[in-house]
Amino acid sequence: MSTDSLLTLEGVHTHIGAYHILHGVDLSIPRGQVTMLLGRNGAGKTTTLRTIMGLWRASQGRVRFAGQDITQAPTPRIAELGIAYVPENMGIFADLTVKENLLLAARGARTVQQIDSARLQWIFSLFPAVEKFWNHPAGKLSGGQKQMLAVSRAIVEPRELLIVDEPSKGLAPSIINNMIDAFAQLKAQGVTILLVEQNLSFAERLGDRVAVMDNGCVVHAGAMQALAEDTALQQSLLGLAL
Amino acid sequence: MKTIDFDWKPLALVPVLALLALPLIGSPSTWLTLTVAGLAMGMIVFIIASGLTLVFGLMDVLNFGHGVFIALGAFVATSVLGSMGNWTGSDQLWRNLVAVLPAMVVAMLVAGAVGLAFERFIVRPVYGQHLKQILITMGGMIIGEELIKVIWGPQQIPLPLPAAMRGSVLIGDAAVEKYRLIAVAVGLLVFGLLAWTLGRTKVGLLIRAGVQDREMVESLGYRIRRLFVGVFVVGSALAGLGGVMWGLYQQSVVPQMGAQVNVLIFIVIIIGGLGSTGGALIGALLVGLMANYTGFLVPKVALFSNIALMVAVLLWRPQGVYPVANR
Repeated sequence: MSTDSLLTLEGVHTHIGAYHILHGVDLSIPRGQVTMLLGRNGAGKTTTLRTIMGLWRASQGRVRFAGQDITQAPTPRIAELGIAYVPENMGIFADLTVKENLLLAARGARTVQQIDSARLQWIFSLFPAVEKFWNHPAGKLSGGQKQMLAVSRAIVEPRELLIVDEPSKGLAPSIINNMIDAFAQLKAQGVTILLVEQNLSFAERLGDRVAVMDNGCVVHAGAMQALAEDTALQQSLLGLAL
Repeated sequence: MKTIDFDWKPLALVPVLALLALPLIGSPSTWLTLTVAGLAMGMIVFIIASGLTLVFGLMDVLNFGHGVFIALGAFVATSVLGSMGNWTGSDQLWRNLVAVLPAMVVAMLVAGAVGLAFERFIVRPVYGQHLKQILITMGGMIIGEELIKVIWGPQQIPLPLPAAMRGSVLIGDAAVEKYRLIAVAVGLLVFGLLAWTLGRTKVGLLIRAGVQDREMVESLGYRIRRLFVGVFVVGSALAGLGGVMWGLYQQSVVPQMGAQVNVLIFIVIIIGGLGSTGGALIGALLVGLMANYTGFLVPKVALFSNIALMVAVLLWRPQGVYPVANR
């Protein structure tokens, strides 16, 4: 497995208004692996993802993706480079149908017929609810179905890096298993994945690498398995054990 | 599977209002005349308001200067139609249309071009700052009005209807003005084009998505500012078209006409739900009907009646009849 970094953050600071949220984040996301970003509420995980996407600007430090400096790049440019992002609120367009949500994410397609049909069938096999509710308004879907749609939208075209903020939040165990299968298949295709998680069991089942944040800094980075096997370390970093 | 639930209740308000007015007015022929007049006025107001509601929905921009494009369109029409007297004076409809159509196109082009400059120099520096937006766009409208006075003069200018568009057609005992029927037809055409663009094209999809969550649209790789500039220009051009139609409806134009119509269009977009074109259509039709019915029944409360209508709608649906999700 290749272990060169696809995405790196070097000493990233982010301010939101008068608040200093990130205090020099150093993070390296290895190509082709699943990296879990863990931490307590308010540790800076979501801010880190939004800073990567250019939705909030880093006030200091560097963000590099595939060798390119994207620190000051506009969000659409960052997406064009091959980063797909699913925010914590899923970012579903509630007034649009499931079909329209997917068509929008397929930048190269003007109509549904122009979406890669093999890829669409693969998405339907991962998430049958997407096909079942194809013409339904997305706002009428359940929380789990919305999360499936959000991930489907992120992968409807090939992307190098998939970033998802809390994919298991509020989901039923059967849907979480569905999600884990989907991420495993994406990883098998060579997609690099960065997931923010609070669910340690989910993280342990899926993660290759882990980074733990606290007070706007990365305080631990290493193999997921090592953290999963070290309850004392879990206790000290996260205040709980797997 | 096609199971989109359409909310029919707001749409039903239009016939309900019309039917409620029938016993109050008494005479069915008068009621029909007023109803067609109300629908015509509503359609013109919709053409003007549709761009404004999308501008607000997409970029959260409160453009109180929208009225200047209405006045500009109307004044451009006075110049174009004034230079085509042989065509507007003819009693053949096709010769009248040959004059009116270029007037509409030129008005839209001028209003769209001025809209492009208005967005660049007046709106863009105040993105995300509502108070400054209100002040600077109102200031822009005042400057626009003064420039109109410099070019066309401060006085009222007549904008007579072309000969073949004057007069009425009889439907039973009711006399319905020809121009009002034309206004309804043009309004329906514009609505049809907007509905097709928003519902059937990728650009329309992007606009609808951008109104709901512009940050997510950018995260998908689209440059929403470019889209916004396009919507602003089209919205300004539509206001110019609305200005031509409003001027012909009133048969005269004054530099302050934009400010006068501004009140109506803000009532319309608030009733409709900020950012909703379908809501703007319902709001415009309700406002048009209400203005005509109350203008006939109790003229002194005509303007107040639209404000009362807005209050009633907001008590029923605080975010307008078709609120945009995620806002």
